[in-house]
Formats: sequence, structure tokens, C-alpha cells
Amino acid sequence: MTDATADRLVVQSVARDRRRVSPIVPPHNLAGKALLIVIAIMTFLSSVTLGAVSLVRDTAMTWESQIAREATIQIKPADGLDMESALERAVAIAAEADGVLGARQVDREATARLLEPWLGAGLNIDELPVPRLVIVTIDPNDQPDFESIRAQLKTALPTASLDDHRTWVDRLVAMARAMVGIGVSVLGLILTATVLCVVFATRGAMAGNGHIIEVLHFVGAEGRFIARQFRVHFLITGMKGAAAGGLAAAAAFAGVAYWSARNMATPEADQAAALFGNFSIGLNGYVGVALIVVLTAILTAATTHLTVVTYLTDLDSRQPEGG
Amino acid sequence: MIRFQNVGLRYGMGRETLSDVSFEIPPRSFQFLTGPSGAGKTTLLRLLFLSLKPTRGLINFFGRDRSRIARSDLPLLRRRIGVVFQDFRLLDHMTVYENVALPLRVRGREEVSYRTDVIELLKWVGLGERMAALPPILSGGEKQRVAIARALIEQPEILLADEPTGNVDPPLARRLLRLFIEMNRLGTAVVIATHDMGLMDQVDARRMVLAGGRLDVHD
Repeated sequence: MTDATADRLVVQSVARDRRRVSPIVPPHNLAGKALLIVIAIMTFLSSVTLGAVSLVRDTAMTWESQIAREATIQIKPADGLDMESALERAVAIAAEADGVLGARQVDREATARLLEPWLGAGLNIDELPVPRLVIVTIDPNDQPDFESIRAQLKTALPTASLDDHRTWVDRLVAMARAMVGIGVSVLGLILTATVLCVVFATRGAMAGNGHIIEVLHFVGAEGRFIARQFRVHFLITGMKGAAAGGLAAAAAFAGVAYWSARNMATPEADQAAALFGNFSIGLNGYVGVALIVVLTAILTAATTHLTVVTYLTDLDSRQPEGG
Repeated sequence: MIRFQNVGLRYGMGRETLSDVSFEIPPRSFQFLTGPSGAGKTTLLRLLFLSLKPTRGLINFFGRDRSRIARSDLPLLRRRIGVVFQDFRLLDHMTVYENVALPLRVRGREEVSYRTDVIELLKWVGLGERMAALPPILSGGEKQRVAIARALIEQPEILLADEPTGNVDPPLARRLLRLFIEMNRLGTAVVIATHDMGLMDQVDARRMVLAGGRLDVHD
């Protein structure tokens, strides 16, 4: 083989290799894999916490708005009281008030159904002194004057009482706010832990690359070139880990929502639905998860950038005693 | 090209590692830097490739005062200086070809513009058949030649080599020395830090002898 032929073969070989030119930062190493796993786990925990807080907040808001839309008039039986006309009178009083969208009796059948769990089927409510109810639908944007309605009811129907659920709503709101507050605090702690874990794991992974930074530095690479190589590498690592964690969290929520929907008719699911709605974290929850994924990836890249810049500054600033 | 005037350097609060060191490295010159172990050869080399700042004295690089060179200008100056480290400092995940091409790659040059140069240089240092090999499977001498090729690929104005023959047998040491001499003939100033007297006896070149932190220059 002549020299010229050998040269051509070598050039062709290198040209072939060019397609798979090695990245400046090695793509696979143990610290990088550990970083990816740490990011995935912390993103999963953050996303689950965010989703849980979002679920509690949405559910609490639903409870509050649903209860605030209704009030109840209860009429207790009394001697000589014609319950049917008393109910009609109560409906009329309520319906006349400003801020009331409507009022309706809970009829005999519905009342019997309400009592069925305790008194059994086939109940004749006329045989028992059962209080009767009027459901008053309220305009949540223009609440009626409950004291005025109470006063009118007391005058017309002494055994009637109006429950505007205020005490219950106030307690519920306080509890919901406390739950959201606790959730946000937990989310804050988890996010802080995530930030610290990602920062330290990134720095740990970077520590094994010090020799690469030094070589690049001494062959005349500019700081921004070196920082870009590592930033891109760790941004991709961060995105992979964060996406895995975020997707796992989203899948977990979707799975629970699916289970909830499939078991809608069962007592367990009804109980859960009564407390947490349909278990869906909603669009905002998924957007929040996506945001955590993006922020985690950016955090990884930013930490990498700072670590490289600090390393390079240290290399360039090395000087003996104060010089 | 590079001039030291009364340069002193101490680490921490210890005694001065280098004391009142003055010399000049002219363009296209060839010199050995020698002295016993611990005499400060590596420290002087680090000053020469802008990795350290002196505690006192003046250093002039390519007409610029070292103390006034901004950090952002250091990479551009380093590109005019080729360095061969005693421990090679090759990147193990890159092939021989990629290691040698690294200085050009970090400058953002397209591979097509330097491929032939890298191959020619690798053949010149006797590594034409090892271009696709990874450093961990190379012998000490091969690694040394890769490190030298990497330092030379940009045709630096000055080449600094720290114990370049420390890990190779005498025949290969002579071969490497011929390589440096050839490079010097092509216009690169060469500074070889070594304590190998046999190596120095092969070339009639200036000797810079460090002892006790002080430098004597024998032209």
C-alpha cells in the first residue's frame, strides 16, 4: 500500500468517526447517573406535594362555594301546626328575600330517603314527629339578610329556624386554609430540599470532571465555552431526571383519577369523592408539575454554570500569598 | 517574547520557592530548565503558562505586563503557548485524534478545516496508526507523544514541556527530543524542564539551572 493510499484510508476512517465525535463532557459516568436519579426522585416528591396541595386547595374551595350557595330552614313539628302550610309559608318568606335565588321544600319522599339509613325503608313520616326542611338557594354574589329572614320566620313560624351554615362554613374555611397552609409549607420544604439535593448532587457530579475543566482551560478554551459544554450536558441530565420524576407524578395522579372514576359507585369511592372531589389535580396541577420539571432542569444547569465559573475563577486566581 | 525580572514567589507563609528570578526567552530559542527535585521547575513552568501569579517582580508576556492582563485575555494568550504536562492530562473518553484536535475544537473550528493537519501531525509523531485509540490503552510513550502533538497542533510561539521524557525509555526520549528540535527549527521557542542530564547532553542549548529558588542561566 502506498503512502497516499494509506493517507486516504486514514482520512476516510477519521471522516467516518466524525459522525460519532465524542462530546467534550463524557456522557456516561456513575456520578451523572446518581444525579439523574436524585433529580428524578426529588422532582417526583415535589410534584406529588404540589399536586396534593393543589387537590386540597381546589377541594376546599369547592366545599366553601357549594355550602355558601345554600341555607336550610328547619321546621319542627308542634301541636296544631299544619306542616304543609308551614312549609309553604317558609318557602314564601325565603323566596321574597333579596339575594335568594329560590326556595324549595324537601318533600315527604326525599325526607323519608334522608331518614332511611336510620329508620329503614317504608317509613311513614306522618307517624313520627319528623322536622321538615326547606332548601334556600342563595346568590353567592349577593348574600341575603339572614337576620331579617330569621325575624320573619320567628314571627310567622315559631318552630322554624334558619341555618345559614355560617359556623360550618367558617370552620371549614379555617380548616381548609390551615390544610393549604400546611401543604404550602411542606411544598416549600420539599422544594428547598430539592434545590439543595440538586445543587449538591450536581456539584458532586461536577467534581469528577475537574480534570476536563483544567485541560480545556490550559488548551486555551474560554470560560464561556467550558461553561456551555457542562451547562448543556447537565441541562440534558436535569431535563431527563426531572421529566422522569414529573411524568411519574403526573401518571400517579392520572392513575388515581382513573381509579376514582372507575369506582365512582362504590362506598369507598363515594366517601373519597365527597372529601376530595374527583381526585383530579386539574390543569393547574399539571402545569405546576411541568413548571417544577423546567425549574429543576434550569437549576441543574445554573448550578453547573456557577460551579464551572467558580472552578475557573479559582484556577485563574491561584496565587501565592496575597500577590 | 517572555521576560522575567526579579520574580519572587512564595506559597503561603513559607520561604520563597523562587527568588529574584530574571531571564528572557527569545523567539525561536531552545533551552532546558533543570535543577534538583523541588527546586521550583514546575512552579516556574506554571508561571510561564499563566497558571500562577508571582508574589513580586515583573513578568512580561508578548509585550504585556502579567499583572495587567485581564482574566478574559488569558485564554487568548494561552493559545500562543503549548504545554506538555508531566502527567499528560489527556481526556480518556476521547480518541487520540480528538485529544490532539481539542485545542482547535475549543476555538470553534470546523473539523473539516483541521482534519488533515491533525492527521499529518499524528503521523509526524509516529501515531498515525493509533488515531482511533483511547488513551487508557496507550503506552506511556504514546501518551507522551499525544500530549506533545496536542501542544503543537496550533503551532504555538513557545512550547513548555515538563519532564517530557520522564516516563519513556532512552531511545524514545531521544526520538522525542528530535521532535522538539524539529519543532524549534520550524520557529517555536522550546523550554524543556528536565533533570535528565543525558538528555541535555545531546543538545547544545541554553541551560537554566534552578537551585534553592535561584536561577542561573548558562548560555
